[in-house]
Amino acid sequence: MKLEELAGQCGEWLRGTGPESDIVISSRFRLARNLAQFPFIRRCGEQDRSAIERTICDRVGAVEEWSKLAYVDVARLPPVDRQFLVERQLISRELSEGEGPRGVAIDPQEKFSVMINEEDHLRIQVMHSGLDLQNAWDQINRIDDMIDERVTYAFHERLGYLTACPTNVGTGLRVSVMLHLPALVMTQQIERVFRSLQKINLAVRGLYGEGSQPRGDFYQISNQITLGRSESQLIEQVGKVVPMLIEYERRAREFLVRDNQKDLHDKVSRAYGILCTAQTISSAETMDLLSSVRMGVNLGLIEDIEIPTINRLFIHTQPAHLQKLRGGELDTADRNIERAQYLQRHLRKGNRGGAQQKN
Amino acid sequence: MKCQKCEKPATFHITELTDPAGPLELHLCEDCAKTYLTQGAVEEPGPAMIGGALGKQVQVGQTAEELARLDQKVCPVCGISYYEFRQAGRLGCPHDYICFEPELEPLIVSIHGQSKHSGKVPRRGAARTDRQTDLIRLRREMKEAVEREEYEKASQLRDQIRNIETEY
Repeated sequence: MKLEELAGQCGEWLRGTGPESDIVISSRFRLARNLAQFPFIRRCGEQDRSAIERTICDRVGAVEEWSKLAYVDVARLPPVDRQFLVERQLISRELSEGEGPRGVAIDPQEKFSVMINEEDHLRIQVMHSGLDLQNAWDQINRIDDMIDERVTYAFHERLGYLTACPTNVGTGLRVSVMLHLPALVMTQQIERVFRSLQKINLAVRGLYGEGSQPRGDFYQISNQITLGRSESQLIEQVGKVVPMLIEYERRAREFLVRDNQKDLHDKVSRAYGILCTAQTISSAETMDLLSSVRMGVNLGLIEDIEIPTINRLFIHTQPAHLQKLRGGELDTADRNIERAQYLQRHLRKGNRGGAQQKN
Repeated sequence: MKCQKCEKPATFHITELTDPAGPLELHLCEDCAKTYLTQGAVEEPGPAMIGGALGKQVQVGQTAEELARLDQKVCPVCGISYYEFRQAGRLGCPHDYICFEPELEPLIVSIHGQSKHSGKVPRRGAARTDRQTDLIRLRREMKEAVEREEYEKASQLRDQIRNIETEY
């Protein structure tokens, strides 16, 4: 698989389909697993890491389902390609910045990936567009069974699946739902929502997981606890809170439309205007403005763009994506110029500004 | 990643959800994290924050003496010390959960609120994996024998390892 081919597509999680996809971006599951006959990564040298990679690829590689996957040797990948996979959420920042032999097997549809030698020997992840918890769980459960048939997982009768960090022990499962909550941010209700989520042991993170500032009003809600609750209980816990968040966000949008129509319309139009006309623009500003435009489109305030276009712009304007699409390395200043041109080309297409287009 | 307050590597990643300006991400080394967590800036450390939980254990769980003794405890399988675990927040091998059980138990309860797994079980069930654990220990012993240039011992260990490996 060529990464350049992926670059032109949108990926699963920003496809913008599936139930409630105006607010719910994606449903994502992660399982942490370790092989019983190796130390955890921290105590693994090069040799152990290679042996883990080989063991998994040899034993699981024979399975038909696995042979359809593209295996990427992350250790040999140039930094821009690693960053590209991080932006696409196919690998974690930890795997990208890690050391020694490590890799990822990627489903060509980008609905799942299996990372090898991340914080744990195996990190299986499944991503579905929109709110789709049950199907995503069924899929990750099947992949886990398929691997389990061929290797021996580290498992303890009382503590469950053993993981390098005690925060993941037990099920090793993280259930995450990524939501777009611009109206709750605008109406300053978001902290209150977070506080109440924290009380029921749910974590809130920005778009790119741990250690990232929320950008573009994207928030990931996930379970903190992994021990003592079964997979179905964890799914239920996250699944129950999502409809409430959707409802809050919808109410906040209704409030803005009803009582603040002028300000809202102004904010959305200005955002659109800047995106269409800027000559140089950072990734962070782009995401924040696209967020307003996305909400504007969902509320019918902007009529000449479709949601899938906006979703694609979110991913294609990320630093590594811009460089892959452009086909060459660019420094920050050049990226900002390239980004502005990219936005102009794609936002003005098909509307009045199109006449000024060169490309 | 570097600590946000000094030059040391950040090993504590804290998400502050109670900050009025919205969620705040902090990446700190152990010393700065300890200072931060004991400042009272956190109303109630979230139960699933390993940083918070470890910090609390350091703070109230043990006297300095007890902690020093605890820190020296070493896993016979992978060779990691409890001190190293506390520093890194990551364990060295599956056996650590057994050999550090008394130390980890309160930590696990403070993170998860529970101490017993519920849910999926591997296909082989909860069968013991002592032979696999032996492999981790033997490989480490072999590596150490090579480092000490005890080649005869290393080759014996290699044979033992091969015997077990062919079984799996």
